[in-house]
Amino acid sequence: MLTNQTITRRKSRRSFSKIWKEHGAKYLLIMPFAILFIVFTVIPVLASMIISFTSFNMLEAPSFVGFRNYINLIVNDDVFLIAVKNTLFFALITGPISYLMCFVFSWLINELTPKVRAIMTLVFYAPSISGNAYLIWKLIFSSDMYGYANSWLLRLGFITEPILFFDKKEYVFPILILVQLWLSLGVSFLAFVAGLQNVDKTLYEAGSIDGIKNRWQELWYITLPSMRPQLLFGAVMQITASFSVSQLSIELAGFPSVEYSGHTILTHLHDYGFIRYEMGYASAIATILFFTMLFTNIIVQKALRRVGA
Amino acid sequence: MSSIVATIKKAYVSRQFKRRNRSIIGDLSLTVLLGLFGLFSVWPLIFIINNAFKPLNEIFIFPPKLFVMSPTLTNFQDLFIVIGNSWVPMTRYIFNTVFITAIGTLGSVIIGSMAAFPLAKYVFPGSKTMSKLIVYSLMFNGTVTALPNYIIMSKLHMIDTYWALLLPSIGGTLGLFLMMNFMVQVPDALIEAAKIDGAKELTIFWRIMMPLSRSAWITLIILSFQSLWGTTGGGVIFTEKLKPVSYALSQIVNAGIARTGVASAVTLIMLVVPVVVFIISQSNVISTMATSGIKE
Repeated sequence: MLTNQTITRRKSRRSFSKIWKEHGAKYLLIMPFAILFIVFTVIPVLASMIISFTSFNMLEAPSFVGFRNYINLIVNDDVFLIAVKNTLFFALITGPISYLMCFVFSWLINELTPKVRAIMTLVFYAPSISGNAYLIWKLIFSSDMYGYANSWLLRLGFITEPILFFDKKEYVFPILILVQLWLSLGVSFLAFVAGLQNVDKTLYEAGSIDGIKNRWQELWYITLPSMRPQLLFGAVMQITASFSVSQLSIELAGFPSVEYSGHTILTHLHDYGFIRYEMGYASAIATILFFTMLFTNIIVQKALRRVGA
Repeated sequence: MSSIVATIKKAYVSRQFKRRNRSIIGDLSLTVLLGLFGLFSVWPLIFIINNAFKPLNEIFIFPPKLFVMSPTLTNFQDLFIVIGNSWVPMTRYIFNTVFITAIGTLGSVIIGSMAAFPLAKYVFPGSKTMSKLIVYSLMFNGTVTALPNYIIMSKLHMIDTYWALLLPSIGGTLGLFLMMNFMVQVPDALIEAAKIDGAKELTIFWRIMMPLSRSAWITLIILSFQSLWGTTGGGVIFTEKLKPVSYALSQIVNAGIARTGVASAVTLIMLVVPVVVFIISQSNVISTMATSGIKE
């Protein structure tokens, strides 16, 4: 296999026309996508890194400032440090929990009959495709007596006056986490539901003969190793989502939120990029977030590959 | 007679076999768990459905009630009145969304499957790199590239046109990634056979791959539909006439407390469409997701 590749590589150096003759149609098929991918993904990532070393306001030409944006971010921008803390904390909680939820629910659903399974899949998946339906949480946690949460707490006697949920620092963050978790059973959940259905059934019979006693052993020794590709894919989806919370925070907690309690790296980026037009500074924020996401993903991928290996 | 007994016996044995590693307590507690979280998941949606049918006096009742007592269609009628009074006709907003969703989805399916086929089935210079880049691109999302994207689009004079929504969406990698993984498992023997019969790549793509990956492109259609249906065009579309319907509806929602009833009707409409689309296509989506994994 390896020698095969080296041979192709040598060939490629030798003559482009030969490659074109052999693979031309393939390149033509890929071309339209490749152009869009390069223009809207590859170039923006590189451009973001380059702009992060400049001072740029979209009107004048960018001027090179070296590492000043990064130094300012880390040394002088207290709000950024709050944003980093919030984002990491948020990702650390919602990432693993949402991942577990995706798996546990798909695993429980898998035991049901196909019709019930289809309904339950919809029940869990619906919030993630429900558009801006999460705004209902604003009504549930509304600050006055008409808010459902307040009304129930009042009636049950837990509180004597309504809680100002979105005006108190200690409530904003947990509510955001709750709503994010509610929204988080998306594509990875579907991938797990599908992956579980495709686990080779004879493995379970064989396992049972080999002395697997309960569902937990079955899960650890047969199910998890059988669906490792889906587990890897799901991890990527959940990690990326858990780092990119901004819309939710802006809509529910307002912008800026009370004492920056709902401030994330992305809302900070939004602030400098689309409100203040400090593109260099905003690009530095984007670059930091980009590498944070990428490295977390790569590390988690490495770790997950060891499951059952 | 004996054959019937045998069948019943067989069915019983196989059922028992299936349940071999299950305890009643385990089954029961896990079902309760599933039920509780299922309730947590649909409960806010039940709110939305009920609110949409509540008359105004019920919306502002204290203490607030979850279930509607005397359901009415007033909110929907009000919505139509508001829509009728809007400066840009509602049909225009609807046209924008339908147009963007249709073209974007069509573009994603065509361009995505065209690229997925060679990447899934052939090895050629650059193919490995491209596949790797696609997997890496899943590890971050459009939010980190939004700024340079805006600059690029303004240089290409695409700001304030449909293109600003369409092209980045068509260039997205999630659909392509799923398509690629699905196509990998189409047997190579079919392609070899076609090759022997003298078929070129394009013929194989169109006559063999596309029909066989039907559920993959249905999934791609769903994902693309879901992302484009909800788009408000914020940040890239500024002309009122070009805005999509979800923008118009969000304006109605934001109009304040007097529109609370109408707002819940709007939320319900925005919610129902993608859910219905998913219900129709669920089995196809699931069979595509079965191949969604990241291979080692």
